[in-house]
Amino acid sequence: MSGRSLFDKVWEQHVVLPENADTPAILYIDLHLIHEVTSPQAFDLLRANGIKVRRPDLTLSTMDHSTPTVPVSTLKELKIVAEPEAFNQIVQMEKNCAEFGLKLRGLGNPERGIVHVIAPELGATQPGKTIVCGDSHTSTHGALGALAFGIGTTEVYHVLATQCLLQRKPKTFSVNLDGQLQPGVTAKDIILGIIGEIGINGGTGHAIEYRGETVKQLSIEERMTICNMAIEGGARTGMFAPDDATYEYLDGRSQAPQGDAWDHALKRWRALPSDDDAQFDKEATLDVSKLRPMVTFGTNPGMVIPIDGTIPSASDKGFSKALDYMQLEAGKPLAGTPVDIVFIGSCTNSRLSDLRAAANVFSGRKVAEGVRALVVPGSAQIKREAEAEGLPEIFKAAGAEWREPGCSMCLAMNGDFVPEGKLSVSTSNRNFEGRQGKGARTILASPLTAAASAINGVVSDPRTFIS
Amino acid sequence: MEPINKIISRTVVLPLDDVDTDQIIPARFLRTIVRAGLGENLFADWRYDQDGTEIADFVLNKPEASGAEILVAGRNFGCGSSREHAPWALLDYGFRAVISTEIADIFRSNALKNGFLPIVVDSKTHNWLLANPGVKISLDIESSTLILPDGHSASFPLESFSQYCLLNGIDELGFLMDNSAAIDAHEEQAH
Repeated sequence: MSGRSLFDKVWEQHVVLPENADTPAILYIDLHLIHEVTSPQAFDLLRANGIKVRRPDLTLSTMDHSTPTVPVSTLKELKIVAEPEAFNQIVQMEKNCAEFGLKLRGLGNPERGIVHVIAPELGATQPGKTIVCGDSHTSTHGALGALAFGIGTTEVYHVLATQCLLQRKPKTFSVNLDGQLQPGVTAKDIILGIIGEIGINGGTGHAIEYRGETVKQLSIEERMTICNMAIEGGARTGMFAPDDATYEYLDGRSQAPQGDAWDHALKRWRALPSDDDAQFDKEATLDVSKLRPMVTFGTNPGMVIPIDGTIPSASDKGFSKALDYMQLEAGKPLAGTPVDIVFIGSCTNSRLSDLRAAANVFSGRKVAEGVRALVVPGSAQIKREAEAEGLPEIFKAAGAEWREPGCSMCLAMNGDFVPEGKLSVSTSNRNFEGRQGKGARTILASPLTAAASAINGVVSDPRTFIS
Repeated sequence: MEPINKIISRTVVLPLDDVDTDQIIPARFLRTIVRAGLGENLFADWRYDQDGTEIADFVLNKPEASGAEILVAGRNFGCGSSREHAPWALLDYGFRAVISTEIADIFRSNALKNGFLPIVVDSKTHNWLLANPGVKISLDIESSTLILPDGHSASFPLESFSQYCLLNGIDELGFLMDNSAAIDAHEEQAH
C-alpha cells in the first residue's frame, strides 16, 4: 500500500462513517464559519424543524459581505449608510446568532472582519482541522494544513444541526512549485499562473496540495493567497503541509492551543505532511522563477497573461464575448490600458503583508488623476496593525481611500462597486462579468501591480517600482 | 422535497462555456434572507438592459423558451461561488435540470439537495442537444438515462445516495440525524 497524503490523513481522521456504494461518508467538521449572506435560510430551516445548533462552540460567526466600509458601529448608524436589503440582512444575522446562542463578531467588534481573514488571525484555523463555510473561498484555510472547503446553505443547515456533512471523497491533485520568485512577482502571480496552466476547471473533483521546493520560501499569508483561489481552478480545496512557519504563525494566537495542549497539538500536526510515497491522482508543475507579474484580460481567472505579454486570440465564441465585454483587442498589450478604479482588499489580498506591499509602491507618490483607489483591510485587527505602522497615512497622502474591513468591492454587495463600463484593477479573486458591479470590467492582479496601476493611471508592470 | 422520477420537457439552449454563478444570479441579489423570488433575477445582467427592459435576443426572452424546464449549457456550468441561490434561482424561474459535459462541484452538490438535476452527458449527445434547441427530451432518474426524441438514449452519472433521495423526496439531514450515536462517539473519541 502506498503512503498517504496530507489530504488523506485529515480526511480519515474525520470520518464518522465511511462511504460505501450506497451512501457518502459522514465527515465531522471541527470549525464552521458563518456570515450574513449564506446563513439566513439555514437558520430558517433550523427554526422550522425545531433543531438547535449542535456545537455553538465550534461555530465562528461574523459579518463581512454586506457590511459597509465606512465607519459604523451601531445599527442606528448602519441604517443611515446601508442599503435597506443589506441592513435587513445584518439585522437578521444579529437576531439569528442571539436566538441560537452564537457569539457574533458583529458591528463594532474588535475581532470582526472577512471570515477567511479572522479565523487564521484568531488561531481558530489549525493544521488537521476540517473547516467549512458557506463561501467558496474557504479553501484559504488550507494554508495552515486544514481541510477547508466551501458549502451551500443546505449544508450550512446540516452542519449547524449535526456538525457533520455527507461527502464523497474527492481525488487528489499535487501542484508542484519549483524555483525562486523574481522581485516584483508575488503569491498572487503564482496562483494566477497555476490557474492559467490548469484551466478554471482543471481541479474539478480534486483536492489540491501545493508542494515542492518553493513552499518553504512562502509565508503563511502568501500561502493563504494561493489556497484562496484553488476554487478558481475548479478545486474545492487547496492545502499546504504544516511546517515550522505554520507553528510560528499560530503560536500565541488567542484560539491556538496553549501550554501542554500546544505540545500535544504540535506532535499531531508534525505527523500530517504527506508521506514520501504518497500517490496523487493528478499532478502539475510550475517553475515560479519564470513567472512574471500576471494580469487577467478576460472574464474568468484562467484568461490570464504576464503583464508584458499580449492578449491572445482564439476563435471560440466565449473568448470573443469576453474580449467584447472587456473592450479589449486580441494581439494588443494589456499594459498601458487606462484604469478607472483600483481595489486593494478581499480575502485574497487584504492582509498586513499585502497592505505593506501596496504601501511601498504608494509611498511618496500620487494616485493618477481620475483614478479612484480604495484600500480595504481584511479585518479590524489588520486595520489596527496597519494604523500602528502608519500605512493609512501613506495611502491617504497618495490620494487613496482607507476603509473599514469587509469584502467590499470584491463582489459589490455593500455599496462599494465599480460603475458600469469602468475598468478596475483589483486584488480580488473573480473577474466574472458584473462581479464588481453591473457592467464592471475587472483585471485581477497582485497588490503590487494594482498599486503601480493606480500611480500610473494605466495597467502597469510593478517591477519598475521595485528598487 | 417532492419525489422526482422523470422530467419530460423541451430544452432551452445557452451555448456558452463556463457559465459562472455570478451570471446565474449576481451578488447584489443575494441580499435576501429568504429563498423564494430569485427567479425574477436569474441571468439578470444578460436578460435585462440598464432600464430593466428585456433584451430581445437573449434566449430566455424568446417566446420558444417559455415553459421549458431543461437548460442545455456549455462546458463547466456553475463554476464560481458556493451560493445556493444559483439553483434556487433556476428552480424559481421554472427550470428543473441543466445539461452540460461538466458541472462545477459545489453547484452540483447544491443543485441535488434542492431537487434540481445537474446532468453530465457525453460530448456527442451534448453537441446534438446544442444543435437542436427546443427538442422534447426525457430525463429518467431511476435508470439515470436521457432519452432523445428519436428514441436514442444516453446514460448520465448520478451519485447513488442523491439518486435515492431524489426518487424518494428525502432530505439528507435525516440520514445524518439517524447516525447521531456515531457522531456522539466520534466527538467522544476525537475531542
